[in-house]
Amino acid sequence: MSLDRSDVEKIAHLARLQIAEQDIPQYTENLTNILQLVDQLQAVNTTGVEPMAHPLDAVQRLRADDVTELDQRTQLQAHAPAVEEGLFLVPRVIE
Amino acid sequence: MFEKTLAELAKGLQQGEYSSVELTQAYLQRIKQQDSRYNSFITVCEERAIAQAKAADQAIATGNAGIFTGLPIAHKDIFCTEGVRTSCASKMLDNFISPYNATVVERFNQAGAVTLGKTNMDEFAMGSSNETSFYGPVRNPWNTDYVPGGSSGGSAAAVAGRLTPAATGTDTGGSIRQPAALCGITGLKPTYGRISRYGMIAFASSLDQAGPMTRSAEDAAMMMNVMAGLDPRDSTSVDREVPDYCAELNTPLQGLRIGLPKEFFIDQANPELAKQTEAALKEFEKLGATLHEISLPNTGLSVPAYYIIAPAEASSNLSRFDGVRYGYRCENPVDLEDMYKRSRGEGFGAEVKRRIMIGTYALSAGYYDAYYNKALQVRRLIQNDFTAALQEVDVIMGPTTPHPAFKLGEKTSDPVAMYMEDIFTISLNLAGLPGMSIPCGKVNGMPVGLQIIGNYFAEQKLLNVAHQFQLATDWHQQSPDGLSEV
Repeated sequence: MSLDRSDVEKIAHLARLQIAEQDIPQYTENLTNILQLVDQLQAVNTTGVEPMAHPLDAVQRLRADDVTELDQRTQLQAHAPAVEEGLFLVPRVIE
Repeated sequence: MFEKTLAELAKGLQQGEYSSVELTQAYLQRIKQQDSRYNSFITVCEERAIAQAKAADQAIATGNAGIFTGLPIAHKDIFCTEGVRTSCASKMLDNFISPYNATVVERFNQAGAVTLGKTNMDEFAMGSSNETSFYGPVRNPWNTDYVPGGSSGGSAAAVAGRLTPAATGTDTGGSIRQPAALCGITGLKPTYGRISRYGMIAFASSLDQAGPMTRSAEDAAMMMNVMAGLDPRDSTSVDREVPDYCAELNTPLQGLRIGLPKEFFIDQANPELAKQTEAALKEFEKLGATLHEISLPNTGLSVPAYYIIAPAEASSNLSRFDGVRYGYRCENPVDLEDMYKRSRGEGFGAEVKRRIMIGTYALSAGYYDAYYNKALQVRRLIQNDFTAALQEVDVIMGPTTPHPAFKLGEKTSDPVAMYMEDIFTISLNLAGLPGMSIPCGKVNGMPVGLQIIGNYFAEQKLLNVAHQFQLATDWHQQSPDGLSEV
């Protein structure tokens, strides 16, 4: 699998990553090399093999629906880049 | 003092040879004087450490001390530490003061340990050389032209440079074992789920596991006794009894069956390094173990499978860094999309961006089955290899890495060459099995490691096997040249 510039631009958009114009050739080369490495998988016969998402094949443990966390909004919002009246501020989305 | 293990220091504290404050001050002083050579710490917690040491001395004086009370350690900067910057070695979190403790940190605090500081690492634990850190590369104390390995390179270098008696690390594809091998220390990656991941900044959630990085297997056992156990805050932590990891250290190895995967001993390995591995295996034969050739036929597929699964999980985990709730935000965003793209583009380094993009691609419409699902199927085949082998033998051994430490800058331009350095360690994370690296020799003056792999939850056995080797050899006691006492 070989990627070109437009593939890399599309992936960067999906990942919401700005990649500087001059860096795109380098990413294209690196990502192509990585995909060539992983392409070895295509040759493996995996017919009937159950995909393994978790090392111990564990299922999600459930807990009682009790309130266990206290309100820490002020403390947690202290780390936000921009906050007003308990709300996170972002650039205007709705005109 | 700086050559002592945790076990020895614990005795010294209990017998009043020195106080925790004295011990802590000595290490803080040493970090101040020596760490400019290694860059192994991102943050040193001087005031906090002294306060913890004072409390520990109080506990010792009033008879309320445990084995760990007053012992100084360092935490990899991936573990959230309340009131302390927790950066994950990323510009993205350069300004992040954690509002809470990771369970691992909390457990060490409860045990009375002193936190000297937060160690350097590859950014978001993505790297095998500690060269991707926003705070600059870490250097190997055995020779500062060489890398310490990664991603827990700061922890490994700090222990090897005697700047801390022990440290925590995390291992997603070899990030405890590989730097432990390259820096000549002992490192253990436990079974997936043995230690809580709560507050450990996520890279690849089905692979990440915390573990100890120490001077000896005995010290690793002491740390496991603090770290292991169920945590209601991590639903993937395992509800299973925690044994005393120190209890089986002295069991003789007579009759131990050691499996040697032929795939770990052909062409990939450096011949000088292979000699060191062979010498270590001879030592185990002297201790009464028997050697058996086994096969893990899908070993070669572990790196390709990993470089789908880990980036896929990372692309999802790292989507939380959006410049809204915490972390870096770009200057003057024109709209929301611009804010996301520039905050992430400027906040993440190149390796993190590469992996997010690979993961995004593998999970994108039309490619999911061909890449992600296929990799999960191959992951099952890799696990099956180990399951079959571990029915025939008690433990599996081989070199931890294909090469000794390489020079800074040697592999940075070729990500795939860097990825191949994890060929022997990465399959364990895919299978979820525990593995250890212990020092077993030197190649051109640089330490190399022996990897010991066991069955699920066989950490006690691994520690026992490692400890017996360390009673018979002194590789783990050797120090880099030029380590002067302060």
